[in-house]
Amino acid sequence: MNRCVVKDKRRSGTQDSSEGGADKKDNIEREKIEGKELTKEEKQRLRKEKKQQKKGKEKKDASLPQVSVAETAAPASQLKAERRARQEAERTSKQSKKGDTGQPATTSKPKIPPNELQPVVKRLPEHIQVDDPDVLKKLAKKLERQQTTENSEIQKIPRRLDYGYKVSLFSHLLQYSRKAPLTQQLSIPSAVIHPAIVRLGLQYSQGIVAGSNARSIALLHAFKQVISDYTTPSNEELSRDLVNKLKPYISFLNQCRPLSASMGNAIKYIKKEISNIPSQFKEDDAKKKLLNCIECFIEEKIVLAAKAIAKSSIEKINDGDVILVYGCSSLVNHILCEAFEKGRKFRVIVVDSRPRLEGREALRRLVQKGISCTYVLISAVSYILPEVSKVFLGAHALLANGYVMSRVGTSQIALVAKAFNVPVLVCCETYKFCERVQTDSFVSNELDDPDDLIVTRKGETQLKDWQQVPRLGLLNLVYDVTPPDFVDLVITDLGMIPCTSVPVVLRVKNVDLL
Amino acid sequence: MPGPYRETDLTEKVEAFLSDLKRGGSGTGPLRGSAETARETTALLRRITAQVRWSSAGDLMEVIRKEGRRMSAAQPSETTVGNMIRRVLKIIREEYARSRGSSEEADQQESLHKLLTSGGLSEENFRQYFTALKANVIEAINELLTELEGTTDNIAMQALEHIHSNEVIMTIGRSRTVEAFLKDAARKRKFHVIVAECAPFCQGHEMATSLSKDGIETTVITDAAIFAVMSRVNKVIIGTQTVLANGGLRAVNGTHTLALAAKHHSTPLIVCAPMFKLSPQFPNEEDTFHKFVSPHEVLPFTEGEILSKVNVHCPVFDYVPPELITLFISNIGGHAPSYIYRLMSELYHPEDHEL
Repeated sequence: MNRCVVKDKRRSGTQDSSEGGADKKDNIEREKIEGKELTKEEKQRLRKEKKQQKKGKEKKDASLPQVSVAETAAPASQLKAERRARQEAERTSKQSKKGDTGQPATTSKPKIPPNELQPVVKRLPEHIQVDDPDVLKKLAKKLERQQTTENSEIQKIPRRLDYGYKVSLFSHLLQYSRKAPLTQQLSIPSAVIHPAIVRLGLQYSQGIVAGSNARSIALLHAFKQVISDYTTPSNEELSRDLVNKLKPYISFLNQCRPLSASMGNAIKYIKKEISNIPSQFKEDDAKKKLLNCIECFIEEKIVLAAKAIAKSSIEKINDGDVILVYGCSSLVNHILCEAFEKGRKFRVIVVDSRPRLEGREALRRLVQKGISCTYVLISAVSYILPEVSKVFLGAHALLANGYVMSRVGTSQIALVAKAFNVPVLVCCETYKFCERVQTDSFVSNELDDPDDLIVTRKGETQLKDWQQVPRLGLLNLVYDVTPPDFVDLVITDLGMIPCTSVPVVLRVKNVDLL
Repeated sequence: MPGPYRETDLTEKVEAFLSDLKRGGSGTGPLRGSAETARETTALLRRITAQVRWSSAGDLMEVIRKEGRRMSAAQPSETTVGNMIRRVLKIIREEYARSRGSSEEADQQESLHKLLTSGGLSEENFRQYFTALKANVIEAINELLTELEGTTDNIAMQALEHIHSNEVIMTIGRSRTVEAFLKDAARKRKFHVIVAECAPFCQGHEMATSLSKDGIETTVITDAAIFAVMSRVNKVIIGTQTVLANGGLRAVNGTHTLALAAKHHSTPLIVCAPMFKLSPQFPNEEDTFHKFVSPHEVLPFTEGEILSKVNVHCPVFDYVPPELITLFISNIGGHAPSYIYRLMSELYHPEDHEL
């Protein structure tokens, strides 16, 4: 340790005043923890490397702001910050050598290069920052910018407006009315947005296409149409221009209805495929390749995954089972129909909830197959649960901290099932796994049209004039998150995993893609 | 022989009450609150005591028991009828014992010593005739009626002790007691109420409009969002149809889910229930506990042909076990669920548990 100190003194070659100061600093250093000594040795090693590479002063200047950000990010850096402060003081007397000490100090920090530490907080999506006026302004500007000047017509993507009184806990989210679709604000014909996308946006906002698998498949089909109608402009490259063309479409769809996690993953895949097209490909070949890729994605990630999940789930269904399902999940319906065809004897209880009443669709499909079903509303679930042997739930997305994001009411069913000791199985394809983390259903959610809650019974509509009543709010949530301790098993196309293994799968997937 | 005119008038009234009960329970007739039912039952019993000819307390008790059995058979789920009958029977016993001069306490307690020494009292003792008994009993029933009229106000008066400012309170369905409770607190405090609408009857909508008209910040949510929203709720205040003998509840469907969600988030669950809802039943009888109404509320006939292939259930009540309940607020104050058995022994005589 003394050797290091002496070396430092010699290298800095400071005068008495700074020597005395260095002495004091060394005493302080000696009292500090061993972490400091280690970093000092690392520093020396890297200092030697740096001397060999001979980086310029500009690099030092450039690395300084990185240093400050990286400092705040790395946990053990407070000690280093103090050291750096002292070094800056030394630097004022000796420029160049302090430059050397400064540089290795920055790079001797956490072994990861500073670039990766910069943005700890990713950019927040705009649809959960509605209460911030700056964000809204930025969004409006972005929508204006995303326009094409075809036929010298400048059109911008319209922004959908909020509707109705929003409950204060959710003032950071958007709340739309189904009666005012975005397409009313577009002029006909729209030169900016491909008609297939306009149609898709309208189908999303009116709820005609609903459910995460259905939405993703519809999106991919629409993109196939867009790609086959696309022609590269004369001095542009297909790989870059097509991605730029897709951006306004995606903003438009986002305004019609916020994108789901599965759609986000599909879009990421397409963008990656487009950018990976080598520049020497002819336009026709490139388009064919892209269409092929999309077909593969649908076939692998959705269709085959469903088959694989059905195969594993059938092992979990025994004869004489009473299975409870909630709402309409295409995957769960598929599993039950397959199991019934394979000859398993079971009966199904379909639980439904207002205002969407999606369970009726599931009921129709199952009854058509010939499965014997019972139908109740979600408030009767604690009456019916003693009869149930298993609960099968579908998911909208699986978050990286193990929480399951699904239709509102799913967490309630899981809670009551847990109270009655009934196993809960969630079925989800891997392309719905997402890197977000969330602990409650407030921060990131979707608010549906509040007028859906209004009901007429016995000729009376209680909530008819709810907008006039000053303090009354209606809340129509779409999603909620289920904690992982309510879920016993997640069945995916990679196998049956516990809820907490989701980040492992994400990591494996990312390594594969790279 | 009792005067024919008076008797037919009385039987008319009883029959009218019975048919009202039968119609009201199916959900299609006018929904009356339990307080009104209790008041009407007690008024009817007072009329029976006044008009029917009886000579001893035993006779009176027989008459009331007979009428009472008919009344509770008309609508078994309306337990306040049975409760009021048991209260009146207890009143008769007390007045009889007071007229005889023996203290009530001694008669109440069934100690081993009493069983050995006295042996076989009960039945014969009610045969004695006292002139003032009729007047005393009618006076006691009048006291009971005054108590019944003041229950909602008594409960509402305790509101400020339990609600602080800027709270978020959750409730389900519609309960007149809880409505009065919240409105009383809203006069002095500002808070936010979330009402779960309680499908398929959606009584939560009425509750929400009524509360918001009084200036309370209200939000209506669907039943499916109860767990999602529960993490921001400070207290859950509900009403109930019946309080069972073990401290559990028979409440509107969806309450068990609400109680489980509150327990998961460690949110206190407060039940506002007046004393006349306390019933000596236990939740063991599977076939008599639940009541079902027409499933067309759940799956309407417009759904078509799948109706014939599907079983549809529409239960009205839910059982909530006493472990999930934090506090009962009644017109005589607040109690823990473990204290309910004691209150019951003060209100009803053990021999009247089976009518």
